[in-house]
Amino acid sequence: MNRRSSLNSKLTVSPYIIWAALFIIAPLFFVVYYSFTTSAGDFTLENVQALSKYLPTFLRSIWFGIEATLICLIIAFPTAYIIAQKTDKIQRTMVMLVMLPMWMSFLIRTYSWMAILQDTGIINTFLTKLGIHPVHMINTGGAVILGMVYNFLPYMILPIYSVMAKLDYSMVEACQDLGGNRLTVIRKCIIPLSLPGIVSGVTMVFVPSVSTFYISQKLGGGSFDLIGDVIERQFQQSYNYNLGAALSLVLMILILISMAFMNKFSDEGEIVI
Amino acid sequence: MKTLSRIYTALVFMFLYAPIAVLLLYSFNSSTSTIVFNGFSLQWYKTLFADGSTLHALYNTLLLAVCSSVIATVLGTAASVGIEKLRKGALRSAITATTNIPMMNPEIVTGVSMMLLFVFIGRILRINAVLGFGTMLIAHITFNLPYVILTVLPKLRQTDKNLAEAAMDLGCKPGSAFFKVVLPAISPGIITGLIMAFTLSLDDFIISYFTSGPGFQTLPIVIFSMTKKRVKPDMYALSAIIFVSILILLILYNIAQVKSEEKSRKRH
Amino acid sequence: MKRLFSVFFALITMLLPLSVAFAASDSEIEALRGTTLYVYNWGEYISDGADGAIDVNAEFTKKYGIKVVYDTYDNNEVMYSKLKSGGVSYDVVIPSDYMIERMISEDMLEKIDFDNIPNFSYIPEKYRNLDYDPTGEYSVPYTVSYVGLIYNSKMVEEAPESWTALWDERYTNNILMFNNPRDAFAIAQSILGQDYNMDTEEGWRVAAALLKEQKSVNPVYVNDEVFLKMESGEAALAPYYVGDYYLMKENNDDLAFVYPKEGVNYFVDAACILKGAKNKLAAELYLNFLNEPDIALANAEYICYGSPNSAVYDNPDYEYYEDELLYPEEGAFKTQLFTNLPPKILALESTLWDDVKNYNATGSSYRSLFFGENTSASIDNGEAFTSETIKYGICIGVFLLAVIAFVVFRAVQKRRREKY
Repeated sequence: MNRRSSLNSKLTVSPYIIWAALFIIAPLFFVVYYSFTTSAGDFTLENVQALSKYLPTFLRSIWFGIEATLICLIIAFPTAYIIAQKTDKIQRTMVMLVMLPMWMSFLIRTYSWMAILQDTGIINTFLTKLGIHPVHMINTGGAVILGMVYNFLPYMILPIYSVMAKLDYSMVEACQDLGGNRLTVIRKCIIPLSLPGIVSGVTMVFVPSVSTFYISQKLGGGSFDLIGDVIERQFQQSYNYNLGAALSLVLMILILISMAFMNKFSDEGEIVI
Repeated sequence: MKTLSRIYTALVFMFLYAPIAVLLLYSFNSSTSTIVFNGFSLQWYKTLFADGSTLHALYNTLLLAVCSSVIATVLGTAASVGIEKLRKGALRSAITATTNIPMMNPEIVTGVSMMLLFVFIGRILRINAVLGFGTMLIAHITFNLPYVILTVLPKLRQTDKNLAEAAMDLGCKPGSAFFKVVLPAISPGIITGLIMAFTLSLDDFIISYFTSGPGFQTLPIVIFSMTKKRVKPDMYALSAIIFVSILILLILYNIAQVKSEEKSRKRH
Repeated sequence: MKRLFSVFFALITMLLPLSVAFAASDSEIEALRGTTLYVYNWGEYISDGADGAIDVNAEFTKKYGIKVVYDTYDNNEVMYSKLKSGGVSYDVVIPSDYMIERMISEDMLEKIDFDNIPNFSYIPEKYRNLDYDPTGEYSVPYTVSYVGLIYNSKMVEEAPESWTALWDERYTNNILMFNNPRDAFAIAQSILGQDYNMDTEEGWRVAAALLKEQKSVNPVYVNDEVFLKMESGEAALAPYYVGDYYLMKENNDDLAFVYPKEGVNYFVDAACILKGAKNKLAAELYLNFLNEPDIALANAEYICYGSPNSAVYDNPDYEYYEDELLYPEEGAFKTQLFTNLPPKILALESTLWDDVKNYNATGSSYRSLFFGENTSASIDNGEAFTSETIKYGICIGVFLLAVIAFVVFRAVQKRRREKY
């Protein structure tokens, strides 16, 4: 019996193993290969040396990524908590409503943020009508971060919600019974219990924020080059695959390090959705 | 407290839907602008249907999303069943680690690395146009797979392992035991994975951008290629139509679910 | 009336047998029925049937029975990268001048059999055999146009005449700039009186320095967003293509246009056939079709750029007939074409552009991280550039320290708890 089932398992998992080897592992070797070669294919360290020039871009990307992730977390945690308190029917609807915007191209959604944030945009027109001094928002770092928060917020809400929805509420009640006030309950009980959701949410927001390339061009006025913009330029415009690959490699290593670090937080190494 | 939480939720949803409201508004603009509103008109909806290329791109997008999510779901479910049964060890942890890569890896790196691979394969096999539907499909399946696996695996863990054994003891072949017993038990996970994969594939621009080829451009790529000229409200109109149709689908789905729940309640 | 005319015209061309003879026989053309033609063009760069205009690709299919697979790109370099990677193959592409030259030099284009393009007779001598294709064997011009300065007459104090208006501190925060290196450098080069195609590294560095200097007025680097920002009165000045000015003016009447006195870039986008095109004859039919008077007219009115086709610009029913901006008098101002740059200069241009973009990004006030007024940047030889880097570095460092402190704190707490 056992032999048969383990044979079976090899059989069902093997197509995936082949797929993963071909399309997940193999491509990474090409990134490494291109990073250390010239366009003629000779070994070189030139691409890696050229990277030092992009240090400011890397730092900016990381910092924007951190800010966007923190803001997402602050917004998403209460939202997820509120959704999880509702009845099943309302929960379902609200989750769908959170996901719904993702079904429209993020290019178009980012584009329409421009109309909202501009000096002559909707918010400022409104403010002026109220007699309040208009605020300059577009083409600032803040606008870029806002774009990131907007685009990736659902990726934070959903995992946190799905952990909270499954929370054992007897634990929470026990906590309340032990005399915890609302805040203590949240701090000592709900946050630790929903940590796996938070960890995967942070991953799913931080990674795309650091590497995005459209948002900064549209909302940052082209003055906040992020690392994704630079990589895109190397591949699609300068036709410099080697430098682009080197940048990608560093980005990848950076992300993997921070993710390994993140996973130290949660007891489970796997991500929950 | 209750009103506070209501206000908070309202604010969050306002944030999520603000650009969509803008987009809906300007899709009815009578001029070519996406910023100056000159008056109400349905002309962009007309234009949209007159312009075959946009609809073709929409068709491509949907085709790609459906194909990639279905294949990824099948492959991913099979893989999760296998992974679940694997003994803890080097192979298992290697597989889990690999599964995490496309999720952890920035999309741009995934896209770039896949492009490098495809171009390389194309050179070896002397195919001079390797990029196209096939490569985009492979790329989309690849980044969808982990999401499917990670939604199906936990469900598999929750199901009672003895179920399948019991079915087999009752004379089921392992195959039919799986389809009759295990599959229904994990179907919520599979459906979540499928929807997730579909959504991600639909929304993906970055990976598609690097792996697309002649004759197969998805909607985001078409929109991005308007970067020298301009994005006109017909794109807004298209987004509006997509939005409204999905909204209707969701409402119908919800109603259907509520009804079926009521039915099952009555039965008991 | 004009629509009527074009419908009428279309009818005539459909009813009459082809008035001009192809070198290819009718049976050869007939044999192409059911085949597919792959076309790669700029986004929004062909009449697509909107608003009752001609849907060019559909018309072509109707006429010849050849299916058109039509893809779009957003700039020359993207198109080039895609083709060069070897991952894609098209029959027809429509690059700009300098890119055509580059593609010819890299043997990426096929010679066109002009016997199959009788409509080439509509292209006058002045648009033939230009510098990028001196022998005129590889390309059929599609659009010709100029770069110029668009401004909002309500927002400027006096009408600008010079590119230096884009450096004018009075319009700080209201200036737009090209978000692509070639066009951006060309503006600096015009001011400096340089050749757009110079091959001295020093010259490019000087131009880059001028572009860096522009940072003091906080320019916003744009592509298509220029439409949004000019139409809504968000910005006062923007360099862009003259045809697009007309499209913007439809939505904002305050806009005006000028050809700066230092000279401007004159560009030609031309249709070419790629080496190894699988359907060469169909590609030639397509190139010929693009120059049918009614088709060329529809495209010219849709794209709004100048047309090199005499059947268009001599047609009194053409919306921009004798338009003085689209078809300025020759020699009215200085113009230069782009030519292909040597690889060394291209690489330099690319790094210099990265430098310009990253130079002293939007002032150095910390408040710009959040919403806040951008203090205008000061030019002090890149000082602020490093200070910005240091700022982000410190932010990240502090964040990491906080996280580590938190982790340590938790670990200590846990151990203490376990003690009891």
